[in-house]
Amino acid sequence: MSSGGPGAAVLDAHLVVRRPGFGLDVRLRVALGQVLALLGPNGAGKSTALRALAGLVPLSEGHVLVDGADVTTAPAERRPVGMVFQDYLLFPHLSVVENVAFGPRCRGVPARRARRLALDLLAEAGLDGYAAARPGALSGGQQQRVALARALAVRPRLLLLDEPMAALDAHTRVSVRTQLRRRLAAFAGATVLVTHDPLDAMVLADRVLVLEGGAAVQEGSPAEVARRPRTGYVARLVGVNLYRGRASGTRVRLAASSGEGAVLTVAESVEGEVFAAFPPRAVALYRERPAGSPRNVWPLTVDGVEPFGDRVRVHLTGVLEVNADITAAALAELALSPGVRVWAGVKATEVECYPA
Amino acid sequence: MPVSSFPERGRRSGRLSAGRVPWLLVLPALLGLGFLVLPLAGLLVRAPWSALGARLLSAGVRDALLLSLGTATAATAVSLLLGVPLAWLLARTGFPGRRVVRALVTVPLVLPPVVGGVALLLVLGRNGVLGRYLYEWTGYSLPFTTAAVVVAQVFVAMPFLVISVEGALRGVDRRYEEAAATLGATRWTVFRRVTLPMVAPGVLAGAVLCWSRALGEFGATIMFAGNFPGRTQTMPLAVYLEMQRSPEAAIVLSLVLLAVSVLVLVLLRDRWTGTP
Amino acid sequence: MRLSRLAAPLCVALAACACAPGTSEQDGRTLTVFAAASLTEVFGGLGERFEEEHPGVTVEFSFAGSSALAEQLVRGASADVFASADTATMDRVVDGVGVSLGPEVFARNTLQIAVPPDNPAGVGSLDDLAADGVAVVLCAEEVPCGAASRTVLEAAGVAVEPVSWEEDVKAALTRVRLGEADAALVYRTDVLSAGGGVLGVDFPESGEAVNDYAIGVVDGGPEPGLAAEWIALVASPEGEKVLTDAGFVLP
Repeated sequence: MSSGGPGAAVLDAHLVVRRPGFGLDVRLRVALGQVLALLGPNGAGKSTALRALAGLVPLSEGHVLVDGADVTTAPAERRPVGMVFQDYLLFPHLSVVENVAFGPRCRGVPARRARRLALDLLAEAGLDGYAAARPGALSGGQQQRVALARALAVRPRLLLLDEPMAALDAHTRVSVRTQLRRRLAAFAGATVLVTHDPLDAMVLADRVLVLEGGAAVQEGSPAEVARRPRTGYVARLVGVNLYRGRASGTRVRLAASSGEGAVLTVAESVEGEVFAAFPPRAVALYRERPAGSPRNVWPLTVDGVEPFGDRVRVHLTGVLEVNADITAAALAELALSPGVRVWAGVKATEVECYPA
Repeated sequence: MPVSSFPERGRRSGRLSAGRVPWLLVLPALLGLGFLVLPLAGLLVRAPWSALGARLLSAGVRDALLLSLGTATAATAVSLLLGVPLAWLLARTGFPGRRVVRALVTVPLVLPPVVGGVALLLVLGRNGVLGRYLYEWTGYSLPFTTAAVVVAQVFVAMPFLVISVEGALRGVDRRYEEAAATLGATRWTVFRRVTLPMVAPGVLAGAVLCWSRALGEFGATIMFAGNFPGRTQTMPLAVYLEMQRSPEAAIVLSLVLLAVSVLVLVLLRDRWTGTP
Repeated sequence: MRLSRLAAPLCVALAACACAPGTSEQDGRTLTVFAAASLTEVFGGLGERFEEEHPGVTVEFSFAGSSALAEQLVRGASADVFASADTATMDRVVDGVGVSLGPEVFARNTLQIAVPPDNPAGVGSLDDLAADGVAVVLCAEEVPCGAASRTVLEAAGVAVEPVSWEEDVKAALTRVRLGEADAALVYRTDVLSAGGGVLGVDFPESGEAVNDYAIGVVDGGPEPGLAAEWIALVASPEGEKVLTDAGFVLP
């Protein structure tokens, strides 16, 4: 690819880590100002990838280039990297300002200047009053901001965030996420973010890389990944019904894994191996076979019902498995309970179809 | 009769569970406490209180006390200097034979101190395996010097420090050290500014233990350093020798040692380890 | 307490019955000897000899510090013979219990300078102990050999600055054996018991501090006859040879 210029990759890495019973092999490129989210289930290798970038895990093979400089074998303390750890790991024996000044001090900044710099960063993070406090006296959200300030204090080219929201309760997560987004937008470098929460990835990242079993299974913009998942994991994560099959015109015959023999009708004509996906709220349920509009109608059996936000998610089985989101009123009207047989309908225009 | 006894038994057991006094634990605990405290009380009962003042002010007691405090403190300093890195090595590196090394480190804990003194003499004595060369090349002979007292105390007391610090090091979340590394800290800086402060309570507890053990050291000291007032005669040695001539004087010395150690332990624990 | 009080006379009665029928019958008789610890080897050897000469007799020893043994005797312990390392201790038993057939001084022990076999400091007299660079250990003044050392040094007018005051005579000897000290003042018997490990250097002033070993038959002991025979054995040419071999001097 092109080198130099605003689009040049700050991070260019090929991470290969082999351990007994585990292997990671993934390529990452992150441009200036870009935020890449590594999304994946537990044990997929997200954290290992992040630790390898930081120099905390040695590579079995591959390379790590930051701004074109090879840091593959550089120890952690000599990489232009700042890292925010999952539970922040603020040094409990140091005050907040000492925590933030720690990095600059280690990199040779005189004590007074390091302290000045740390105080400025704390002010930016809205933590002016907490400089002398111990980290233990801070709330989770405040700790996260201190951890970010501490990582930024070393003026890194590459910022690494390991599950930055995981330690927060759901209540504070929303506001902290918004603040983090602002801070990341202002950061003049490349950011890699590890999360298992798709919402984090959607809100914070410019691009999402889905890791499963140590390998990249999908990469793209958050919207793209959400709309067109390529694995069951991502589909479940973003709450989409995902099928695989062979398309011919506007008809998709589903593969054995998705529902042998079932046929999906889509709006635009395609050919070959495809994924077909539609969101649960696009599914309508009927006690009787609907007469009119939907092109896709299947008789299915209710397998389970659970509340899902302000709606109710209904699990259906039969020729294919479908999740449907309906209102509580509709649930009452249809008198649905496990074992009840219903008709499920999806409009062809609601079905996203893309090559596998 | 049996009928009427039921409600009463019920009431009594109710009161017992409310009071929550587990006598099965309290009785042996009190017995143990008595066993530890009574001998000390005996010292107080038998103390020649009338002659106490004059004896306390004698140069002999002062010399022995100062020597004991000085050497125990020096031994603790040496133990910190050597023992903390040793504990780090044991806790943090996976060198081959580490288990054997740890066992060796703890040997002085179970070895009779006299045996330790003999071993030191055989190695560091004027005629010892190593001491011989020291003597040949420099004319310096370690036994019978104050330095020998410190060496003997370090030998018996350092394991306490190493064990304590190693335990503390194992308890530290190593990810804090990784965090420091990503911030640009070298291994030495990580150790100095992160690891060490985080294990500080363990180090202090170990140092207090080490100091106490050094203060009470007798066997290895008398074997390796000999007995010379003002130079190698620490309080325990003075107590032992006085016991053969004048038990009263020995009791006075013991009381001084007791008072000083209790005072120091109380002060140290209150101030640094935060345990009352 | 009550049991032992009852038991003691009973034992004596049984012993008396056993020996009553015939004087040549000695089966099951026991001679009890309390002796200073420094006599352990000498008396141990003589004990075997005694048992050979007196079939059926067992010699039982109690070796300990003289004063500890005297204390036991005064407080009612039963023994036939008492041998102490000094006359003062024997006097305590004479006053407290009573001693017949003696007390008599049967051996003497004097101080010697112990030096390593190669005598690196070239010590040949008491004066040499005061020389610069000679590492001397002395017994602490709290213990008997220390008191004796002090006496001879004072008599000789020699001021010795030791490197260490040892807690007992064996500890002082060990320093020399290990080569950590150039010389020590110890008893002649200790030098001999160390075998070739140390050399003994005699000095004329040793006569100033002589330990007299005294022996006697304790009043009230169950075997006064055997006790007398034991003392005869110690005083015999054979006994004297064992004593001198061990380093004791005869009175």
